[in-house]
Amino acid sequence: MSTTTTRGLASPAPAKVTKTRPRRGPRGTRTFNFWLFTSPFLIGLIVFVYIPIGWSVYLSFFEARFTVTPSDFVGLDNYRQMLTDSNFTGSLGTFTAFAAFIVPTTWAVSLGLALLVNRLRFMRAFYRSVFFLPTACSYVAASLIWKMSIFNGVRFGLANTVIGWFGVDNVAWLANPDPPWYWLVILTARLWLQSGFYMILFLAALQNIPRELYEAAAIDGAKPGWQTFRHITLPQLRATSTAVILLLLVAAYQAFDEFFNLLSKTTWGRPPLVELYYTALGQNQNYGAGSAGAVILTLLICVVTLFQGRIMGFGRGDQSQ
Amino acid sequence: MSSTGLYVAISVAACFFLVPFYLLIRNALSTDPEITGENWKFFPTHIQWGNITEPFADTTVDFGQSMVNSLVVGVLHTVGTLFVCSLAGYGLARIPYRHANKIFYAVLVTLMVPAAVTFVPSFVLVSSLGWVDSYRGLIIPGLFSGFTCFLFRQYFLGFPKELEEAARVDGLGYWGAYWRVVVPNSLNFFAAIATITFINGWNSFLWPLVIGQDPSAWTVQVALSSYTTNQTVNYHLIFMATAISILPLLFVFLFLQRWLVQGIAQTGIKG
Repeated sequence: MSTTTTRGLASPAPAKVTKTRPRRGPRGTRTFNFWLFTSPFLIGLIVFVYIPIGWSVYLSFFEARFTVTPSDFVGLDNYRQMLTDSNFTGSLGTFTAFAAFIVPTTWAVSLGLALLVNRLRFMRAFYRSVFFLPTACSYVAASLIWKMSIFNGVRFGLANTVIGWFGVDNVAWLANPDPPWYWLVILTARLWLQSGFYMILFLAALQNIPRELYEAAAIDGAKPGWQTFRHITLPQLRATSTAVILLLLVAAYQAFDEFFNLLSKTTWGRPPLVELYYTALGQNQNYGAGSAGAVILTLLICVVTLFQGRIMGFGRGDQSQ
Repeated sequence: MSSTGLYVAISVAACFFLVPFYLLIRNALSTDPEITGENWKFFPTHIQWGNITEPFADTTVDFGQSMVNSLVVGVLHTVGTLFVCSLAGYGLARIPYRHANKIFYAVLVTLMVPAAVTFVPSFVLVSSLGWVDSYRGLIIPGLFSGFTCFLFRQYFLGFPKELEEAARVDGLGYWGAYWRVVVPNSLNFFAAIATITFINGWNSFLWPLVIGQDPSAWTVQVALSSYTTNQTVNYHLIFMATAISILPLLFVFLFLQRWLVQGIAQTGIKG
């Protein structure tokens, strides 16, 4: 893309280009108008985004329990405490394991569904809706269905009923950290909730692939199926794939709802946000340590989103889509 | 893959995806002995329509109040977010100002910090304002989405200039042209962003959990979550409440799917 400065339609004749018009209108200057439009948002952004972030950084250097106006400066002590706290570092490990499974599987399932739906001749809207429907479900609602009906540890849970037909004993899916069956519960719940949403993204991308490419490939003797998919479809989907993987990563990073509801009160399987929740708002109300943890997480995610910004092309000049 | 094979494969996948909904509806309309019985029952013997009113009559969790809270918060969250973010997006895209780019970067920087990560200081701030357990605390902090502002800016950059110029010739200022010309011609985009915003607002859990210290301020998601820690487990009531909590979004799905799909294709982001 060229970094042209003309937005919208280029005018046919240079003489027609409208230079800055004399100021008019009942409300005076452009500057006034600019602030009129942007200040409600910007004031809110400062108060509810910038100030909390600043406050968080400030609190992270203080001993702050049960108070948000601390006086006891402790330097990097909170950071040291968090980074040596096996619960917090463990939560980062939990996130890593979680992301390592959920990102590739969701990517594969949503792409697979999109490829199938894209090939349908009739009933396409119906199938698309079926896979998309779980998006209407909240993580909390899905957690309830998973915890109380599918993976209920007693006999009447669906999973135990099904394995019972094959003569297998009941499994306490969520109540035991060893063997870690709870991972199956968490991963299937998120997979079910997320896949349809990303399928829509892949479907949109698939419909943007020019048909001529497939025709040209057929003329060149590429067999339909794997070869075409491997050499045409996948490369054409590269941008969407990259975006989807980054979105999945950031979403996994912020996982809270299903862990909190599926594993309520257990000490295992805590991702970073759940750990922070218990640190800052639990028994000890340790705002200092909680804030230090938030800063560490923010720095980690900054690395990811910077990378993401690169790919989504933020700040590459103004280009109309 | 043959056409038949394709339909077999996709139907199997569809069945897997529908199982949780089947369980939800089956459990919501059964009696507890049927749900917890020794043998698996695929359908309730008698559909228990009477279950529908039970969550509202439950004394331990005020489910009706939580539905009202969620509806109020969901609607105001959507209207408010669209209002402030679209105005700012338009200002940044269309009104020439020396420092507009610097300000835009200040907005973009906030995209680096997911709101979920800063819930601790946000909670601290909101509680020092005295907004815990109030609609203000549930709604206002979430209105200022850098991402939504960014989307509106991108959209308005591509908005045809001719329409505004015509309005300008008719003597309208920026403000008048925006409300009379720009917004009426952008309703599709507004609808797309609104559906996504509403779904995210309705389903959000962490922030309402933090703010709703008192049960009277719980949203429906927090109320559902509280069922998991109750002493007595009343299966059909819990599943009926869950089913009712999904209804407003099913409504959105059935009637606004066009905008929803368009919104997802345009944004590709879930809050």
